[in-house]
Amino acid sequence: MKIEESTSAIVDEFGNFDDWIDKYNYLIELGKSLPLIDEKHKVESNLIQGCQSRVWLHAEFDGTNINFTADSDAVITKGIANLLIRTFSGHTPQEIMDSSTEFLNEIGLTEHLSPTRSNGMLSMIKQIKMYALAFKTKQSMS
Amino acid sequence: MDTKPDLLSTASEIEKIRAGFPILSRTVHNKPLVYFDNAATTQKPQIVIDALVNYYTSLNSNVHRGVHFLSQQATAAFEEVRGKLRDFLNAAHSHEIIFTRGCTESINLVASTWGRVNIKAGDEILISALEHHSNIVPWQMLCEEKGAKLKVCPILDDGSLNMTAFTQLLSEKTKLVAITHISNTLGTILPVKEITRIAHEKGIVVLVDGAQALSHMPVDVQDIGCDFYTFSAHKVYAPMGIGGLYGREDLLNAMPPYQGGGEMIKNVTFENTTYNDLPFKFEAGTPNVGDVIAFGAAIDYLKNIGLDFIEAHEQELLRYATEKLSSNPLIRIIGNAPEKASLISFLIDKIHPYDAGTIIDQLGIAVRTGTHCTQPLMHSLGITGTIRASFAFYNTKEEIDRLIDAIAKVESFFL
Repeated sequence: MKIEESTSAIVDEFGNFDDWIDKYNYLIELGKSLPLIDEKHKVESNLIQGCQSRVWLHAEFDGTNINFTADSDAVITKGIANLLIRTFSGHTPQEIMDSSTEFLNEIGLTEHLSPTRSNGMLSMIKQIKMYALAFKTKQSMS
Repeated sequence: MDTKPDLLSTASEIEKIRAGFPILSRTVHNKPLVYFDNAATTQKPQIVIDALVNYYTSLNSNVHRGVHFLSQQATAAFEEVRGKLRDFLNAAHSHEIIFTRGCTESINLVASTWGRVNIKAGDEILISALEHHSNIVPWQMLCEEKGAKLKVCPILDDGSLNMTAFTQLLSEKTKLVAITHISNTLGTILPVKEITRIAHEKGIVVLVDGAQALSHMPVDVQDIGCDFYTFSAHKVYAPMGIGGLYGREDLLNAMPPYQGGGEMIKNVTFENTTYNDLPFKFEAGTPNVGDVIAFGAAIDYLKNIGLDFIEAHEQELLRYATEKLSSNPLIRIIGNAPEKASLISFLIDKIHPYDAGTIIDQLGIAVRTGTHCTQPLMHSLGITGTIRASFAFYNTKEEIDRLIDAIAKVESFFL
């Protein structure tokens, strides 16, 4: 699935919710169902700086696509990580670098979850894009 | 006759007080705001907002040295506030009150002037495990620069200072004790008078970080006996960006200036400068006149309401909230010192403070979650953060009930 298809599917899902309670219940559900990260990747070097909760983001590059796994000690943060992984995991560095994160505004996440350091969403996105850039650079050098 | 206000009259008194704070009638997420983040900053009464607006509307002028009418009026109003603060803190002299940007700058001022002259390689500075980053980092920086050592006095399990350890940690090398009056994270009120007495017996200078104290209880710097006392106006119902340092006259006189510039000089040539007298020696540049004047209005306001009334009502809110939270078996209150200011840090079993805070916010209640700028304290408690509800005298028991309901909602979301 293309990144735009994932993001428009997410926008549709969130469009079904009438109030914040449903939205948060869904995020919590997503948080609880986030695929487990390999414990060995929950290391200091994978910790994202600037979050109120601890967030680990691990990236693996298979030569074509980047696969992300993540974890957090806060469930809502895990829910956000789940959305981001669903969107960006399994895509090429170039696709990730070219993608827009506008969908997060559309589903009202930047409105309800302040785009500050508290939830770390922006830090996670920044880190995902950094990985994409790093792997692309590595790819072009090999 | 001295009568204690009964519950009913307290409630109507609080109702009147609340009406004076415009922000308290707004809604957040379509619900009436409950503001329980007073330890971070307090809300401002209309009377303080008016003082600020009035200053810029009819008095704005640069202070000191101006011969014209407005400058003289602004100077008089500005200096009058220094006098009010002298009175409020019971300092011996008005010139012992230095205006700064706030508590953080006050501590940095002492670190970079008194510290620069008095701290040498091998010396020790003693702080407590309860300190806010602003009473840790400036001393760390000074110690690093001078080759001095920062020592930390531990706390007891209930969040009180370990006084036995405190006494033992004072040595021949200790030059300064820098300690908070009230813990912003646990609410512990420290016995600063006793701490000062013990330190002074050994000739050690004492700085008390009063950021959390001024709004909750009467503070008498001469009674405490401390050498420095720091404070921020925005935690005392006044604007942000202004605060002060109380320093004992002889110490302030012996200290080199902080920043160089206008105001702090007597005579300047390209070869040499003579510095101004106290307090101006430490107030380089145009001061924050408008905010100082609004700070003065806040002090008048507090005195008018009465710190005894404030203390009594806030302690009743603390007692009520502690009782309600304690009856929930999933809640663990962090910090149970016998003497506490009106704030409670707590954890809900199996729920991350960030998750809890996010839902509580959706219900229109402002609490703070995280480490509260006390990461070393969190580390020593073995936790990564707390939920903190901090009360001011305009808060009510009904608002605490809303927090209790919100916690039930949080539990239904996550458990």
